[in-house]
Amino acid sequence: MLSFKTTETLRLGIESLLLHPGRSVLTMLGILFGVCAVIATLSVVEGISHKMQEEVLKMGATNIIVQAVRPPESQTTTSAAAASDALAYGLTYDDAERIQSSVKGAEVIVPARKIPAMARYYTRRTRVEVFGTVPWYNETYGIQVASGRWLTPTDLHKTDNVCVLGASVAGALMPREEPVGQTLWLGEYAYKVVGVLKARGMGSGGKAGKTQDYDRAVYIPLTAASRRWGQVLTDRSAGGHSHEICELHEITVKLASAQQVHPAERIITHLLEKFHTAPDWYVLVPLERLEALERTKWLFVVLGVSIAAISLLVGGIGIMNIMLASVTERTREIGIRRAMGAKRRDVVEQFLVETVVLSTLGGLAGVPIGAGLATVIPWGLTRVATTLGIGGEAALSSLSQTIVTPGAVILALGTSVLVGVVSGVYPAYRASMMDPIRALRHE
Amino acid sequence: MSLAQLINLRKVYQMGAGVEVVALQDISLTIEAGQYTAIMGPSGSGKSTILNLIGCLDRPTSGQYILGGEDVSRLSDGELSEVRGRRIGFVFQSFNLIPQLTALDNIEVPLFYQRIHRRQRRHRSLELAEQVGLGARARHKPMELSGGEQQRVAIARAMANDPLIILADEPTGNLDSRTGQEILAIFGDLAARGRTVIVVTHDESVGRRTHCIIRVADGKVVSQTAN
Repeated sequence: MLSFKTTETLRLGIESLLLHPGRSVLTMLGILFGVCAVIATLSVVEGISHKMQEEVLKMGATNIIVQAVRPPESQTTTSAAAASDALAYGLTYDDAERIQSSVKGAEVIVPARKIPAMARYYTRRTRVEVFGTVPWYNETYGIQVASGRWLTPTDLHKTDNVCVLGASVAGALMPREEPVGQTLWLGEYAYKVVGVLKARGMGSGGKAGKTQDYDRAVYIPLTAASRRWGQVLTDRSAGGHSHEICELHEITVKLASAQQVHPAERIITHLLEKFHTAPDWYVLVPLERLEALERTKWLFVVLGVSIAAISLLVGGIGIMNIMLASVTERTREIGIRRAMGAKRRDVVEQFLVETVVLSTLGGLAGVPIGAGLATVIPWGLTRVATTLGIGGEAALSSLSQTIVTPGAVILALGTSVLVGVVSGVYPAYRASMMDPIRALRHE
Repeated sequence: MSLAQLINLRKVYQMGAGVEVVALQDISLTIEAGQYTAIMGPSGSGKSTILNLIGCLDRPTSGQYILGGEDVSRLSDGELSEVRGRRIGFVFQSFNLIPQLTALDNIEVPLFYQRIHRRQRRHRSLELAEQVGLGARARHKPMELSGGEQQRVAIARAMANDPLIILADEPTGNLDSRTGQEILAIFGDLAARGRTVIVVTHDESVGRRTHCIIRVADGKVVSQTAN
């Protein structure tokens, strides 16, 4: 229950604003647009950030991913190429074992080989990335099966030629058939499809920030990958052909909690530095990416809000201007009220309530309009970008959603109330400092 | 019992550049409770200044003003507002009603600043509107009322907080003579019921109806005579 004074002063203010509805609405517009801008900016930033976070989270926030890095070509041609014509680099099973025994709290260690290959089903072909991995890979990455099943320990032990297809591989090779139970060719070997995964989309992985299409992957048992492809991999994709030897392309370390990530990262880096002479490895910490993302997001929030603040400032000046005019116009009323027992404080409150009501209503109206604008912005920007042919697919897809957070709404409303107070203080003060005798004589 | 006592009141206005204008010099006056007084004098004689001081709209440069047993000559702005709200009722020449408010709402303005609740305010304003003979016109805005009706609203407003003194500054100045007589009749009626009323006027016919005439000239009280 509000006090007598609050409710009555509020009523007085609202009644007075209703005397000039047109003027009040116009005055409100400044604040409305300001709040609108704040909400829209924050929603777009939040949407982009959410999208990027989702991508990072696909890699697992408590995971550390150690990747093999192919040394630059210039080094290979001079030294190693002459000897065996095969480039040896990357992670080894020994690395995996060392990490397993040194990192306390590592729940699972997932080794993986990545082999670029051509997949073929009758006459259809598509380039895929064959992942030789272990059955617990799916739990580490939260992979979900759409139909059939995932790899089992039995598959691993028996070195079975079975595979699980990424969503777009299945779509490309077997658009009409049920893939599970079919047999396809990976390079020179036949594999039986046991499962198809749900679509996962793109992930930002790798050292150079290369995007990785999870849906173009084919998963086979790690044992089968080593047996069928051996140590030497031949890549015929880039016109000529190159050979390389790489035991493991990736080792994923899953930790029990986020607190363990940074200490574990230090141990792993230390181990790799000790046992690898060449910098042929890279430690990817999704959690660090999340943290960096959070910092970047705040930068954009501050930037966006600063720009929106300018329009709120303009709105505030508009309110102040109208209120100063209103105070002059109502000089006599002020004199009358003072003669009838109104204290200076009463006069200040009367005018302050008017500006705060104006700016708050402007703010309240601005929130839904800003939220509406936020949903239109991605659509509009995508249209413009597509028409002009600018912006990458990734950039456009990260614009695809906007999120209105309660924090943004509170910030916008709080600011609009504050603008009302600030812009009302001076006119209200002027009104209260009028000499009642002169004010009464004012024509 | 003296209700209001002005003792050696002096009012000097600073006009800047060291120029001083003496509006009142050593005025001493006593207003008795229930007395109907007229303050008369030519324009510029200081009668408005006296009215402003009695009405606590202004503070004297020196001297003392005792209102209802309390020295109000050195009160702060806020305290003076409080005194005006509780103890003084103003009636002006040009009515000074708030144009956007209805007659009833205008009558309630002094009650508002005494933190009287809405329902009680409305009860009181209806009662007062009845007393000054407004009747059905009470729900109209000032623009829709005649001068006489507006002044009735102003008188009702002046009585709202049951003040010690009702101060009227040329209350008939903007009215035709017949309406003026009606308004003066209301003041006479109030005085007859024991109200303390002070009227500032230069109209001798107004002065004749009062109990006491104070004549002012050149910032001094020339005479205080009982009718």
